[in-house]
Amino acid sequence: MEPIFIDDKLNKIYEKVKNKVRLDFDDGLYLYETKDLMGAGQIANCKRQSLHGKKSFFIYNQHLNYTNICRNRCLFCAYAKDYCDNGSYQYTMEDVEKELTEKFDEPVNEIHMVGGLNEALPYGYYIDLLKTIKKVRPNVTIKAFTAVEIDHLSNISGKSVEDVINELRENGLEMMPGGGAEILSYRVHKKLFPRKINKDRWLEIIEKVHNSGITTNCTMLYGHIETVEEKVQHLVYLRDLQDRTNGFTAFIPLAFHSENTRLSHIKETTAFEDLKNIIVSRLMLDNVPHIKAYWVMLGEKLAQTALHFGADDLDGTILKEKITHSAGAKSAVGHAKETMIRLIEKAGMTAVERDAFYNEVKAG
Amino acid sequence: MTKDILNKALEGQRILGEEALFLYDNADLLTLGTFANLIRNKKTDKNQVTFVIDRNINYTNICISGCKFCAFYKNPGEEGGYWITEKELEQKINETKEVGGTQILLQGGLHPDKKLNDYVKLLKYMKSFDIHIHGFSPPEISHIAELENMSVKDVLKVFIDSGLGSIPGGGAEILVNEIRQKISPNKCNADKWLDVMEDAHSLGLKTTATMMFGHIEKKEDIIEHMERLRQLQDKTKGFTAFIPWTFQPANTKIKSTTVTSAEYLRVLALARIFLDNFDNIQASWVTQGSKIAQTALFFGANDLGSTMIEENVVKAADIDFRLPMDEMIRLVQTAGFEPWQRDCFYNRIKKLD
Repeated sequence: MEPIFIDDKLNKIYEKVKNKVRLDFDDGLYLYETKDLMGAGQIANCKRQSLHGKKSFFIYNQHLNYTNICRNRCLFCAYAKDYCDNGSYQYTMEDVEKELTEKFDEPVNEIHMVGGLNEALPYGYYIDLLKTIKKVRPNVTIKAFTAVEIDHLSNISGKSVEDVINELRENGLEMMPGGGAEILSYRVHKKLFPRKINKDRWLEIIEKVHNSGITTNCTMLYGHIETVEEKVQHLVYLRDLQDRTNGFTAFIPLAFHSENTRLSHIKETTAFEDLKNIIVSRLMLDNVPHIKAYWVMLGEKLAQTALHFGADDLDGTILKEKITHSAGAKSAVGHAKETMIRLIEKAGMTAVERDAFYNEVKAG
Repeated sequence: MTKDILNKALEGQRILGEEALFLYDNADLLTLGTFANLIRNKKTDKNQVTFVIDRNINYTNICISGCKFCAFYKNPGEEGGYWITEKELEQKINETKEVGGTQILLQGGLHPDKKLNDYVKLLKYMKSFDIHIHGFSPPEISHIAELENMSVKDVLKVFIDSGLGSIPGGGAEILVNEIRQKISPNKCNADKWLDVMEDAHSLGLKTTATMMFGHIEKKEDIIEHMERLRQLQDKTKGFTAFIPWTFQPANTKIKSTTVTSAEYLRVLALARIFLDNFDNIQASWVTQGSKIAQTALFFGANDLGSTMIEENVVKAADIDFRLPMDEMIRLVQTAGFEPWQRDCFYNRIKKLD
């Protein structure tokens, strides 16, 4: 069925999407501005259906956070600790092995591993992390380290970014997550995460990663102090990079959770805002195959609903999420595969279990 | 076919039960929501979202009904059973009025011993605070009538004289006897529920109507439930709003998974499309949480129910979505609507900000 709009101005955007004409910056702004959530949602849903039909993806994955000690101390983070803080930790290889072995009965397909910038950990530690995972779980895909960690590894080792990536790959790294982008803006960078790499460095590293043949995801943290213009610009930066490299697999809009952070006065994002970010990213990122509704941050209920507003992926089982839960997330820490399937099927979609690269995992 | 049915509804024509069933099975969720939203905009002010500032007071938790889906009740004689005192009532009502509240939602269990006079006393005492009493669902009224050997109408007349202002639509669950027999066998049956509402409407009392789904009912039962409400509404015009909500299985005797948000939104949208003679459809933030309640405002709902300063029944099933008034206002405004405080009859009291 053709979409029906309350806001007539959406017709112009719909025509563009239908005719595969790229949306411009102002279209992105307008999609954020319009009050016609259902109208914009229908356009995003058309786009999503043209790409994936009724398929909705999920993965059997496990999160692993090797340390929460971090020198960056971004204002929006509730997870990071200093070395001498209560509750700070860094995994030994035995710890890594133990955490993986505990879940050995679960048919995990991907390990998602990120951590803080812990200055006590030498370059060799990161190589050991990969080797340990490969030893315990030789068949999983390791999706690990954001551009922020790659930059840090290059700094502490004195090696070039390319050399770091190659060495990590030789030791088992197959893919990278999309974190650390936050909002690709100098203004927000200066205010919220000045010690983290800035937008130019983030884009530069990801471009090098893609060029070396490793694919990544990309993210955007919204719901703090960013402006609508900054969000649209963020998406345009990602889209431009994707035109050059085609290395992004999925985009994940990340809803900010403020509890226990230095921005705790900021209220939780609303469904309207969350769905808008799904919609706009689906429509602006015409060259990124997948849009993820990350249930940890959106909550299971809204993530499921988002499958009708442009998202085609629910992330995965995760098993034990730590980072968003330290900032007050109300979602579960992990889900059974059956729950992921049920959420998708009850939304009227077809559940597809995938691997890290979105290949279908056959029943087993 | 989907398109024909939806266009027919949008033009203001009534759709049949079988057409509703077809939509339930075949319509894309977003399409269904879009039409529900368009119909909502035609029926009520498209810029406004309303809610009432009120408090839930449960005058007793002692109940002989023993419904399998309830986590709140106590059997007579069981530890923890209570009948509310005047002192507690005074405090609760004063607190409600202090925050601008206009009404009390008064509900309780089916108490085996309390007499008509106990209820009259309760109502008169509450009414002395000059507050609207939205109280006693059909199972309670029918239970009191039976205990006193009186007609429902006579009980209602006494209650109206004692201060009852309107009746909430609770206890409807699913208005299909076969289902009620299984989940709430001691509660009045579907016909009785509708009879009580008809009597109430005939005496000038306005009421709401609810539906609790997501337990053992089938989709056909959901349609039948709405069909029966629509029929009565044609006759009486006494329903102010329809409130669908989902069964919460924790701490109850029914083993079931919770209905997902996509299913909730589907039923909500369908209700807006099917119930062409209802002006108001409420979103249930108590069972869905604030995010889906806000989303529901685009799937046919135009009202967020109430601030519910106190809510005990759903909380007993481990669901605790607290939504203070500021948060309610924020939800409405960030979705692009004006928040309006309303009274029980959906008269606008004031715009909030």
